[in-house]
Amino acid sequence: MKYRKERLDRGIKARCEDIFALSSYREILYLAFPRVLPVAVLLILPLLKDVVGLYWEKVLMISCIIALLALSWDLMASVGLISLGQALFFGAGAYITGFLNHAFKLPPILTIPLGTLAGALFCTLLLSPVLRLRGVYFAIVTLTLPLLLARFIETTKILGGTEGMSGLSPLPDIWIEMYVPVLALLLCLFGFRRLINEDYGLVLQGIRDNDRAVMSGAINIYWFKAQAVFLAGLAGSFAGAFMTHYNQVVGMAAFAMDYSILPLTAAVLGGVGSFAGPTIGAFILVPLSEMLRAVGTLRVVFYSAILIICVVGLPEGVFHYIRRKYHQFERMVEVG
Amino acid sequence: MDCRKIMLPSIIIYGLINSVILALIAMGFSLTFGISGVANFAYGGFYLFSGFLVWMLLNYLKFPLILAIMVTIGVTGLLGFVTYWVILLRVRGIALSEVIATFALGVGILELFRWMGFVTYEFTLPYLKKGMILIAGVPVDYQRLFIIGIGLGLVLFLYFFTHYTRIGLSFRGIAQNERTAISLGIKSDRTAALSLAFGSAMAAVAAIVILPLGIISINTGYEVLLIAVAVGIVGGLESVPGILVASLILGYAQVITGTYFKPEWMMVVYLAAIVLVLGIRPSGLFGKFKELEERV
Repeated sequence: MKYRKERLDRGIKARCEDIFALSSYREILYLAFPRVLPVAVLLILPLLKDVVGLYWEKVLMISCIIALLALSWDLMASVGLISLGQALFFGAGAYITGFLNHAFKLPPILTIPLGTLAGALFCTLLLSPVLRLRGVYFAIVTLTLPLLLARFIETTKILGGTEGMSGLSPLPDIWIEMYVPVLALLLCLFGFRRLINEDYGLVLQGIRDNDRAVMSGAINIYWFKAQAVFLAGLAGSFAGAFMTHYNQVVGMAAFAMDYSILPLTAAVLGGVGSFAGPTIGAFILVPLSEMLRAVGTLRVVFYSAILIICVVGLPEGVFHYIRRKYHQFERMVEVG
Repeated sequence: MDCRKIMLPSIIIYGLINSVILALIAMGFSLTFGISGVANFAYGGFYLFSGFLVWMLLNYLKFPLILAIMVTIGVTGLLGFVTYWVILLRVRGIALSEVIATFALGVGILELFRWMGFVTYEFTLPYLKKGMILIAGVPVDYQRLFIIGIGLGLVLFLYFFTHYTRIGLSFRGIAQNERTAISLGIKSDRTAALSLAFGSAMAAVAAIVILPLGIISINTGYEVLLIAVAVGIVGGLESVPGILVASLILGYAQVITGTYFKPEWMMVVYLAAIVLVLGIRPSGLFGKFKELEERV
């Protein structure tokens, strides 16, 4: 007697692929649960700072920051732009914020939004000549840009050179420290998810799938790509801008390889193209890497190993796996 | 590059040496990409791997230099071959996965060496032959002459190899039109794996002749990838004449910058060159893909 696994969509899904007819509280709960649970956890965790301890609150904050970078990576990937240098966004936001605070003594409430905007704008302008390139070529250029910018700062000794700028204003309040990244993450996560399902997002996905077809619809794909990079840049630069004031120092470490490879690993581990996936990936990876703090730089080797295993062995990602399990029954049926 | 003296012969000679160094580094990367379309982002990792392998063979196992070099070239080539069969074969054709997998492999190798403690000043490779001669009043050591010789030799070897041997001809076949080549009985995967092996072996050759000029440091690995990419972008990634011309342009631009400004500015030349070329002629000076939309 042979068996095979049969998968069936749950009844609520069977009515339609993406419009749900809700007929009971159970069904509402079924849909709301996976969305409300992470939001609730993220909002409540900072309140429990005396229980979980400040150290793990910091881990939560860094997870949010890496998740923001991973989201910005995923948004670019939805337009078909593979980035290997998310550190570019992070570094641009960090340096501009640091410079505004250092040179003009602006308070964080001004420097963070300004740094975010200016950082995103700077990255978009820097990447705009490259937007004509696809796939590998674009990846190559994004990989080199943060490295070269770091060398540029080192060479020209502008913006503090190798030492960076220190003594920046701290964030005013511990609650701001904890809640701002959480809220920014939620805003980006649900904002990007909504955006990609709108008509606008359809154009972006169309550019990824077949840019010629989109061009033949008289749509300027480079302008749309630039907009997507700007939006992704906002998320990435905000992460940099926030961390500058959190650490009260900005240096060449802002362009470090960690900020490129960690978001990338998070996105691939969690599942590309869903925004929820990269967020989950970041919340798996960052705590894991905190536990591995003892092994030092071997951590990066460890990320690389995860990346290779995920790309080759689990191309689907954690999120898509969980979603499938949640939305489908599985049962064994007899064969033959 | 110790060419601060403002002298024309010195600029000409050291510019040439620098250009050959750039070409040596870029050639393996461009060879693999031109044939199989795989951008081997593990290139920097392979380069440094072969450097450290020679060092370990010489210092731990006390191999004679020539044997260590042979073994290293072989092992690195094998590493490229295995990388293709184990990792790349499974994600072939998905640009995103290819890039991420090789990139992760390269970073993994580099950071593994960093963790193993290969970061101090004792890691230098020996010169093939010590001493120096004067050329037009400029002192040049033998190692740098070797670099020029090996660079030229490699270009000639590649030319004859790809025109007169079975494997070389299958390389060109796959590069020109993969489907037609397959229909003529050329095995696509074997050729791609071999191209990766050749690219990696060339990284090893480059490492063995170039690394003795300085200390082996982890950041060299990232720099090498940067150089390979910059030269590739300026010249057009899949074109050998493009690589050579781009190396000459960048090599001389660097030496001139280093002579008249400051040596630290030499790295900035890459950034300027990339931005300029992408702005004016995105497919590179000699790129075969004229249509922008056709770039992978």
